[in-house]
Amino acid sequence: MESQIILLIFILVLSIFLGVELITKVPSTLHTPLMSGANAISGITLVGAILSSGSSEFVTIALGTAAVFFASINVVGGYLVTNRMLGMFKKK
Amino acid sequence: MDISILVNLSYIASSILFIVGLKMLGSPDTARRGNFLSSSGMLLAVLITLLDQNIIDYRYIAGALVAGSLVGFFAATRVKMTSMPEMVAIFNGFGGIASLLVGSAEYVSGAFDNPAFLGAIFLTVLIGGITFTGSIIAYGKLSETISGKPYLYKGQQFVNGILLFAILLVGINMLFIQGFISSEQTLLLLIGLAFILGVLFVIPIGGADMPVVIALLNSFSGLAACAAGFVILNNVLIVAGALVGASGLILTNIMCKAMNRSLANVLFSGFGAAPDPSGESAQEQGEVKPISAEDAYLILEAASSVLIVPGYGMAVAQAQHTVRELGELLEENGAEVKYAIHPVAGRMPGHMNVLLAEANVSYDVLVEPEDVNPIMETVDVCMVIGANDVVNPDAKDNEGSPIYGMPIIEVDNSKTVFVLKRSMASGFAGIQNPLFFKSNTRMLFGDAKEMVSSLVSEFKG
Repeated sequence: MESQIILLIFILVLSIFLGVELITKVPSTLHTPLMSGANAISGITLVGAILSSGSSEFVTIALGTAAVFFASINVVGGYLVTNRMLGMFKKK
Repeated sequence: MDISILVNLSYIASSILFIVGLKMLGSPDTARRGNFLSSSGMLLAVLITLLDQNIIDYRYIAGALVAGSLVGFFAATRVKMTSMPEMVAIFNGFGGIASLLVGSAEYVSGAFDNPAFLGAIFLTVLIGGITFTGSIIAYGKLSETISGKPYLYKGQQFVNGILLFAILLVGINMLFIQGFISSEQTLLLLIGLAFILGVLFVIPIGGADMPVVIALLNSFSGLAACAAGFVILNNVLIVAGALVGASGLILTNIMCKAMNRSLANVLFSGFGAAPDPSGESAQEQGEVKPISAEDAYLILEAASSVLIVPGYGMAVAQAQHTVRELGELLEENGAEVKYAIHPVAGRMPGHMNVLLAEANVSYDVLVEPEDVNPIMETVDVCMVIGANDVVNPDAKDNEGSPIYGMPIIEVDNSKTVFVLKRSMASGFAGIQNPLFFKSNTRMLFGDAKEMVSSLVSEFKG
């Protein structure tokens, strides 16, 4: 277990550095779509929610199902709204 | 093949799609495809998770997925572009509550006694809860359901201190003691405290500082997902959450830099709550020179370069389409038209860019302050539309000003400045703006949209 946690922390640290590198280059024109696109990605917690709501215990199912509901609003809404905004960015 | 290998390989693919998607969001030409890639990564992660053999009953999952997707779909397709800041805020809040619920579900299933896991659950619930109520308050402030004014009260720091101490105690009980109060009570207490902290965290922050808050809450929602990844030992949650956490922190940092203020100052100072002491001397700064639309038209008609500086007032008046129309008429008249956009103009990072994009303004005529300030002397007319603090010369000249040191768009260096403003009532924070009294400034009083329309009709003759 400990070695698994260390591995995950390793992944965490590298991902943060990668995120910093990726985002520093985004021009300010795109800050809103970037934010809402990133926001949709944070809906990845949906994966955890699905696993919880597939459990056999009532309370876990209830909490997990509510989580699936909210996370899917976050994911679907976030990506669609980002797509809508980006569709407006045009160059003449 | 073992199904768990397939699942993990798919999670790697999802992570790659998120990373490449974010990278492509860095340029307007590729951004839309980037968002598509990122959403494909999400779809892949969700579909492959559904293959998990521990899932016993799919009915609830399917129901919640469909219901949530429908709500998300209608919200995203119906929302007006001017309401985008509050939409982003509320989506963000939903991400936070989802992480909180995942953490809680794992906690009540009671499979852990390892402090590392319990610590991850503690962080997931805490950050998720703060994100949720913080985003709800931000939503309220942005949609003006509640006042955008900073809300300060006596002993605020003390209350916050007590709250943090209480959270710490709950954390210690959860991780190490276990049994001082029951685990259900611990969880409910933690959720309650996290909710209160989220409210108290955003309530003292003024409307004009919302870009920082939204960026920070965005980061929190990522960190909550990341912490949830440690709870369920899932690498894709950690990668995706960390990417979002990092992106939110960078945006927060950019916003703070654009105001020359520290994050602590934005969060705790209640900026704009106290009236500006220099407001008294406002009348002595000189006379404002109002100008009519007809006279403004004559000056604009003769101008060969025009710089438009939009601010939150343009969003409130929904004037972006009319502004674009005026810009096109000026171009037909032979003037070079650019839009200077300050990073903190509006209520979220990039707010003005989205509105102008909606109005079909080409993104290559949008410029940043550092590009336009060096050539400001050559600009014939600057039109300040609903912006105030981001063009306030006090930021560079007056050391006593609360916004001293903030990088601004130096419109006062141009040949003529038009300021479109409702009235002389000082805007946010009551900070006086000496720009209005400068000899090269002309004031166009009225609703931004009506004023720009009357300029448009002057042009059309």
